[in-house]
Amino acid sequence: MSSKVSNNDYEIVVGLEVHAELNTVTKAYCSCKNSFGLEVNSQICPICTALPGALPTLNEKVVEYAIKMGHALNCKINNVTKQDRKNYFYPDLPKAYQISQFDIPLCEHGYLDVLLDDGEEKRIGVTRIHIEEDAGKLLHDEAFSGSLVDFNRSSVPLIEIVSEPDIRSSKEAKAYLETIKSILKYLNISDAKMQEGSIRCDVNVSVRKKRQKEFGTRCEMKNVNSFSAAMRAIDYEANRQIEVIENGGVINQETRRWDDVKGISIAMRSKEDAQDYRYFPEPDLGTIVVDKTFIQKLKDEIPELPHIKQKRYIKELGIPQVDAALLVENLDKSRLFDECMDIGGCSAKNVSNWILGDVSKVMNDLNKSIYDTNVTAEKLVEIITLIEKGEISTSAGKTVFEEILSSDKAVSQIVDEKGLKQISDSGVIEQIVKDVLSENEKSINDYKNGKTNALGFLVGQCMKRSKGKANPALAKELILKYIEQ
Amino acid sequence: MELYKKPAYLLSEMIKKKECSAVEITQSFFNRIGNIDEKIGAYITLNNEGALKAAKVVDEKIAKGEAVSPIAGVPIGIKDNISTKGLLTTCASKMLYNYVPPFNATVMEKLISNDSVILGKLNMDEFAMGSSTESSYFKLTRNPHNLDKVPGGSSGGSAASVAAGECAFALGTDTGGSIRMPAAYCGVVGLKPTYGTVSRYGVVAFASSFDQVGPIARNVKDIALLYNAICGYDKLEATSVKKSYPDFTKGISGNVKGLRIGIPAEYFGKGVDSEVKEKVLSMVKELEKQGAKVIEINLPSTEYALSAYYIISSAEASSNLARFDGVRYGYRAKEYDNLIDMYEKTRDEGFGDEVKRRIMLGTFVLSSGYFDAYYKKAKVVAQNITKEFNHAFEECDVIATPTTPVTAFNIGENINDPVKMCAGDICTVPINIAGLPAISVPCGTICKMPVGIQFIANKFNENILLNTARAVELINGEAEVCEISGQEGK
Repeated sequence: MSSKVSNNDYEIVVGLEVHAELNTVTKAYCSCKNSFGLEVNSQICPICTALPGALPTLNEKVVEYAIKMGHALNCKINNVTKQDRKNYFYPDLPKAYQISQFDIPLCEHGYLDVLLDDGEEKRIGVTRIHIEEDAGKLLHDEAFSGSLVDFNRSSVPLIEIVSEPDIRSSKEAKAYLETIKSILKYLNISDAKMQEGSIRCDVNVSVRKKRQKEFGTRCEMKNVNSFSAAMRAIDYEANRQIEVIENGGVINQETRRWDDVKGISIAMRSKEDAQDYRYFPEPDLGTIVVDKTFIQKLKDEIPELPHIKQKRYIKELGIPQVDAALLVENLDKSRLFDECMDIGGCSAKNVSNWILGDVSKVMNDLNKSIYDTNVTAEKLVEIITLIEKGEISTSAGKTVFEEILSSDKAVSQIVDEKGLKQISDSGVIEQIVKDVLSENEKSINDYKNGKTNALGFLVGQCMKRSKGKANPALAKELILKYIEQ
Repeated sequence: MELYKKPAYLLSEMIKKKECSAVEITQSFFNRIGNIDEKIGAYITLNNEGALKAAKVVDEKIAKGEAVSPIAGVPIGIKDNISTKGLLTTCASKMLYNYVPPFNATVMEKLISNDSVILGKLNMDEFAMGSSTESSYFKLTRNPHNLDKVPGGSSGGSAASVAAGECAFALGTDTGGSIRMPAAYCGVVGLKPTYGTVSRYGVVAFASSFDQVGPIARNVKDIALLYNAICGYDKLEATSVKKSYPDFTKGISGNVKGLRIGIPAEYFGKGVDSEVKEKVLSMVKELEKQGAKVIEINLPSTEYALSAYYIISSAEASSNLARFDGVRYGYRAKEYDNLIDMYEKTRDEGFGDEVKRRIMLGTFVLSSGYFDAYYKKAKVVAQNITKEFNHAFEECDVIATPTTPVTAFNIGENINDPVKMCAGDICTVPINIAGLPAISVPCGTICKMPVGIQFIANKFNENILLNTARAVELINGEAEVCEISGQEGK
């Protein structure tokens, strides 16, 4: 089937609705703790279980977090907005309505520039971002008959980010989703953990013949639980639609359920059966009015975002795209990288290699942040600079790095104490080379007879004689000079 | 005079002067309830133990010479849509026949912190929807002035119990007249405060934009005492107004010299009983004699008020009452095939006709394709009504109208005619739409049935209302406890 996706006659059109749980301390409309994984129904109160008479009051942090995301996605922020009730019955929705936003979202008309794998940048429109509340969670288990409800998640704040139908492939969708996720983490407004359900998405897919102006009829897919599932769902659904059209059929607007195990989507309900949510203004909550200077303050506080950072690393610092992606993916790594660059004096590429190599390895092995060790950007830059200047070897640099993890000694002190300073005095090295050559006539002849390995052996002997301190490049240069004389 | 017959302000003084104990007072009320409530039907649930315990605490405090609140030890009845921790709160519905809240409404917290003695929970129209208390799932409440008549609604139990001396005063709720109308029918005083002044937290919602808790009592001073205790900002309610309030017992001398009273023609037109009209206007004349100035005003959007009210209130009710689904509390159908069936049967069996009517109406007006034609238009009407009141209050200090177009009707008379039943709210709903305060105070009787005059003031001007109502009271005398015909035989 996958061959059909590349069917050149068709274009895939995708729009995404991303729901992200905000990591506020308390829930959106009550003072219960907003926390994942606690004992079932331990974080509940009359408000989030909708006892008769209980009323919601809005947690202002929710508005603040949503505005931050609005700024990050270049949205217009509506400083006067309201909340609405979305009415439907379900056992996980205790009020039988969800407090959401209908016609005046907090943020709208934004966009996100996403870097694709081929290095191209793609602008994807953001229709709106609105605030709403999560529902509880139904628990089904063979241990009990029927279903039970856990309301810990009830009234946890969410933002829904709705994209324009600007996405043209599953790869673009994945790039968009990953960028959204890393922005959420950079802003520290969401845990953005797909496996805990703190970020979820609905996928809208349609197909159209190339050069056709109108969009095709779209289908919405629910239950898409990971970014890779989103890719599979898009590819599957596009294929399905192309096949229907190619066989002379028409696409019905419908909601479909994605079954990732079976790799298929199944029709849930058609447009005609679509629920009427009977939205109306939430009378229990007043108009939201946000001070314009506060909105600006939030904008000023937005850090350099990952996709912007990545672009800068590539364009200005010459870091390869893959490496730049790895650096920005982790807040500590990009922070360390930026700090090293601010200090300056060594090449960006070397710093990047160090962070993605030794630093990452240590972080993985110790399972902690590099900032929880004694390593600082200053010390790392010092090590890299010493290597670049040829004052210590790369392997000596690694020795120093391992030492500074747990010690608060200065880099220079470690270099001195361990005698790691490289010999770059050509007079000293010349003597060593002469000694080595006089003892290894055979290797000289081997080299002259075309056995290039012999050169390595000779350099090795020089290193051995210098107890590893000789500058190997210099030694090699001198050996060649003498042999070829 | 027996203790239950005394006004709250007198009981308050007697407790403080140790002329009688709070326990004695409480027992006197429970005796009264025991003697006549079979006839009146005001109470759904009695709180004997809790009330006596609270009364004892007051007596102990008095004995120790501690200062207590002016309402400490004065027995009160609570409408059954106000959440009382540990005490049934049914909203007079089968849907909540077994529901005991685990928390107190904010007004209850306030009463408890004032050492209030809570006698029990009072009957009402189911979920406060109705004008006669006939839609209660549990029982009928009868008008103490004539047991064949309705007490009005929806706070019928509150008004009837106050009139009959089954509590010193009571809390009611008013969404479209539910305090003022039964107060008028039962010959007592009822205040519907400015929207946002008394917390709605813990009050089972009917129409969130209009609901307001308020006091019902036999005299204006008692209203002021109780209103003092319950008003105030509540951080648990987003529509609560952040503001401080004066002592409402001050400045209610009844002096109306210079008071500008507006008379809106629209409230004296078709449908208003001519004798009711006459009673209200002659009371206005009396006030004029005492120095008030009478001004004719116009509130032209009044004729659209009922339609707008029923659209908005039903829309909100359809959503507010959706939580009663049988999943977490209250009634659940005994047998059902699946989730949808459980919802349908639970709601079909748990709600009465009037509630279902309003849920259906509200669901309809919010439906896609109808929202603009009904809900949005009703909101425009609401804005116009508010504007017209604002304009009127540039010319006058209070507006006087009849509280109801007619006096209390016979039990069963309107039960099959919902439109006629709703028409009785014509004088009261515009006030809820505009979020204004209004008071109903007795201004005479027709064939022994009380007539109420309603005064409306601008936002937060409850003190003007209380003073004006006091002037009426000075002319007519304070209401006394109703003698219940045939009660001696019991």
